[in-house]
Amino acid sequence: MLEVYGTRIGSRLFLGTAQYPSPAILARAVEAAGAEVVTVSLRRESGAERAGQGFWSIIRELGVRVLPNTAGCYSAREAVTTAEMARELFGTPWIKLEVIGNHDTLQPDPFELVEAARILCAEGFEVFPYITEDLIVAERLLDAGCRVLMPWGAPIGSGRGLANPYALRTLRARFPEVPMVVDAGIGLPSHATQAMELGYDAVLLNTAVAKAGDPVRMAEAFRRAVEAGRLGFESDPMDARDMAAPSTPVLGTAFLA
Amino acid sequence: MQILVNNEPRETQVHTLTDLLRELGLEAAVVATAVNGSFVPVGRRPTVELQEADRVEVLAPMQGG
Repeated sequence: MLEVYGTRIGSRLFLGTAQYPSPAILARAVEAAGAEVVTVSLRRESGAERAGQGFWSIIRELGVRVLPNTAGCYSAREAVTTAEMARELFGTPWIKLEVIGNHDTLQPDPFELVEAARILCAEGFEVFPYITEDLIVAERLLDAGCRVLMPWGAPIGSGRGLANPYALRTLRARFPEVPMVVDAGIGLPSHATQAMELGYDAVLLNTAVAKAGDPVRMAEAFRRAVEAGRLGFESDPMDARDMAAPSTPVLGTAFLA
Repeated sequence: MQILVNNEPRETQVHTLTDLLRELGLEAAVVATAVNGSFVPVGRRPTVELQEADRVEVLAPMQGG
């Protein structure tokens, strides 16, 4: 079973909670996905609308563990303050640390990220940093005290799948003992399967389910895809080869020419 | 005095952050607060005296990916 920061988690599919057609569909999608961890965020609350209060009661009713993010932060300082607010608001030391370097690519800023991770780990947070596949950034984050890494598959919301499978394979091989979650860029169930077949411990996705024509059925599809990929990885897949090799035994073939 | 609440200018006579939340109708809401970019835990809100031009952030749970 997957274990992150001493917590055992039954599902290897983490689901985002944004962009669903309705709160009811979000709730059904989380259930269909079998997700035990969902990501949430923080935004400005107005006294008039109080949108956050309703959302929070929906999430609490789901009975899942929340992983708050620092989406929208561009500096270590902003991310640290956001994380501190999230810890009080959601009552969890978990934080998906997102420090964005560019608003077009939404690529993480590795320098600010490592700085924020160092501060937050020292403050007792359990940090889930969102990174590219960069091996040195990964190493620095582990040095800072992170015990989980979350490399991207492709840019956030792009749905392109694993843009650089070679780099993800290399990262997996470099840190075999570190729980790693492929986060962002997953568009299809097959992408999730591929990440799991590479030996990643879990996948985190949002748009691929929320923006599907039928989010609830897509959530179910991703649940099966993640399970299939994990089972495949654990079953020690065969090696690919260049030439054909008959799968049906040749011995005893009838001579009918 | 004038302060910024969630980046909106606001004229107010309140003294503390707790008073401000009451004025906003958010005293019982699930929110987290920051003043001038620094987190203010719930227990410290009654003792944080607001000053002219302070920037107050009041954040609530929201959907996220």
